[in-house]
Amino acid sequence: MKTTWRSRLMPTLAGWTVALAMFFPIFWMFLTGFKTEITAVATPPAAIFRPTLENYSAVLQRADYVQFAINSVVVALGSTLVALMLAVPAAYSMAFFPTRRTRDILLWMLSTKMLPAVGVLVPIYLLWRNFGLLDTRVGLVLIDSISVLPIVVWMLFSFFREVPSQILEASRMDGATQGQELMHVLLPLSMPGIAATALLSIILCWNEAFWSLNLTTVKAATLTAFTASFSNPEGLFWAKLSAASTLAIAPILVFGWISQRQLVRGLSFGAVK
Amino acid sequence: MATVELKNVRKRFGPQEVIHGVDLAIADREFVAIVGPSGCGKSTLLRMIAGLEEITEGEVLIDGLPVRDVPPARRGLAMVFQSYALYPHMTVAENMSFSLRLAGVPKQERDQKVRAVAAILEMEPLLDRRPRALSGGQLQRVAIGRAMVRQPKAFLLDEPLSNLDAALQAQMRLELVRLHRDLETTMIYVTHDQVEAMTMADRIVVMNEGKVEQAGSPMELYQKPATLFAAGFIGAPKMNFLDARVLDASDAQLALTVVNGVTVEIPGRREAIAPGDRVKLGVRPEHVSIEESGELHGEIKVLEHLGPRTYLHAQLDDGTRLVVQAAGDTGIREGDRPAFRIRADACHVFDAFGRRLT
Repeated sequence: MKTTWRSRLMPTLAGWTVALAMFFPIFWMFLTGFKTEITAVATPPAAIFRPTLENYSAVLQRADYVQFAINSVVVALGSTLVALMLAVPAAYSMAFFPTRRTRDILLWMLSTKMLPAVGVLVPIYLLWRNFGLLDTRVGLVLIDSISVLPIVVWMLFSFFREVPSQILEASRMDGATQGQELMHVLLPLSMPGIAATALLSIILCWNEAFWSLNLTTVKAATLTAFTASFSNPEGLFWAKLSAASTLAIAPILVFGWISQRQLVRGLSFGAVK
Repeated sequence: MATVELKNVRKRFGPQEVIHGVDLAIADREFVAIVGPSGCGKSTLLRMIAGLEEITEGEVLIDGLPVRDVPPARRGLAMVFQSYALYPHMTVAENMSFSLRLAGVPKQERDQKVRAVAAILEMEPLLDRRPRALSGGQLQRVAIGRAMVRQPKAFLLDEPLSNLDAALQAQMRLELVRLHRDLETTMIYVTHDQVEAMTMADRIVVMNEGKVEQAGSPMELYQKPATLFAAGFIGAPKMNFLDARVLDASDAQLALTVVNGVTVEIPGRREAIAPGDRVKLGVRPEHVSIEESGELHGEIKVLEHLGPRTYLHAQLDDGTRLVVQAAGDTGIREGDRPAFRIRADACHVFDAFGRRLT
């Protein structure tokens, strides 16, 4: 009994340390949003203060939060949908009809994520400008879906590989076309994995800031751009910035919280089969 | 109702050829078992007939028509997989009716067909369950049922019993034989278990390293194995092989020297053989007896009591191992040194290339 208790102690401590370290900045940001600008920059930092909502009202007055939020929702969902539609057939083909080059293609796809986005900013900007995609939701959906595509393909590929190929062969013997095989057998079977992939993609697209900042101004700007607009050349307004950030991450945080079980189930899919 | 014919069928994976030109004609309503050790190409051959594997060279004909470019579903065959390969997200009834659903058969007709098959296989109470909630034997039944619902021209079965326990295997063997008789359909059955092949098949095809070693009825294979490999593969415990040298080959008999100069005289004339040739003498455990006047001597190392009979594992004086089938209540013990007699008329002789000498 004693050994069990001891062997549990270290992982528990480590787990709590990591969790607190990750959570603390968010917690502090949340607190700062309720401070006045003066208490926000006080040294030593004030732990006890009179909460105020003036930052929130100032933030909401200065910008149309709802507009940004709608853009974020549309872009996150749209990009995920586009990425899934491209990735499902790609992953299906690579998982069940691999060639000698399949591994290389997968690695190459991943390697595109090693290139800093800023490296292709100028060509992308010019392309988007010429096609009239600057400051449009479609433009942002396109670039976001391209940037999550490698991860989505990788995840789907590994989930599909968990599905025994004999089940797909059985459906082929039963007369399923490739489309029917996908719709009636493969997709239902890997649903937990697909859901986890979609959730992760939504979160990544929601938090995407680089392209949103560089390719949009007002009409298609997302909440990440909304947050950034509160750090301006006249100086940092910590309390307002914190309030804006809290507003920007609140929806995805709630979303993540709700879908937590699905996400964990999907990510450990196969391991418990 | 279908004949299946293979003509010089070859399969290559990349540069490696795994099936080296197989010819085989399977008659309508025949139950053919393809046996061989793992990796001999028997499953690949079945998958090529099914259409799940491309045919590199040669032809597969179903009812006389080449099927190289016909997709699996339109070949009119049904397959039972080793892993059963049921759809885990569907109920038993949905599993069984999936092919009909894809073919656009109305729901009422689908239900009717599923019920009919379920009645034959005695699994009506299982229809609403999911595969997860079934035992191995039940899964097996569903897999067979799913194949039956399609009313295929022929059944392809890929080691369907290998995941079941011994008692269930024995039961399912009988059921499959009964089913084959009732359905009057061609069945092609792949297995590594020669007992399954011997007990169920009209004809057995023994495969080894991508080639057909021999095809024939179970008793033909047992009594006249064409090669050393077929001789060793069919029969349990397997045939004993003794190194031998030809002493004399006349029209009436063949005299061989085996262990320590002992001579065995086998009746009948053998072609293409001359004194001095090295050969293998094969004799099944049931054709060796313990007799005081026996010509071979050795020590009993292990006894295997099976009740009605006992297998004696002996080591002959020159080190050769010999398995002998004896009665169940033989008084012999481990360490005894009895004399063994080989039934000369039941011996098999193979040349240096492993071919039967007749």
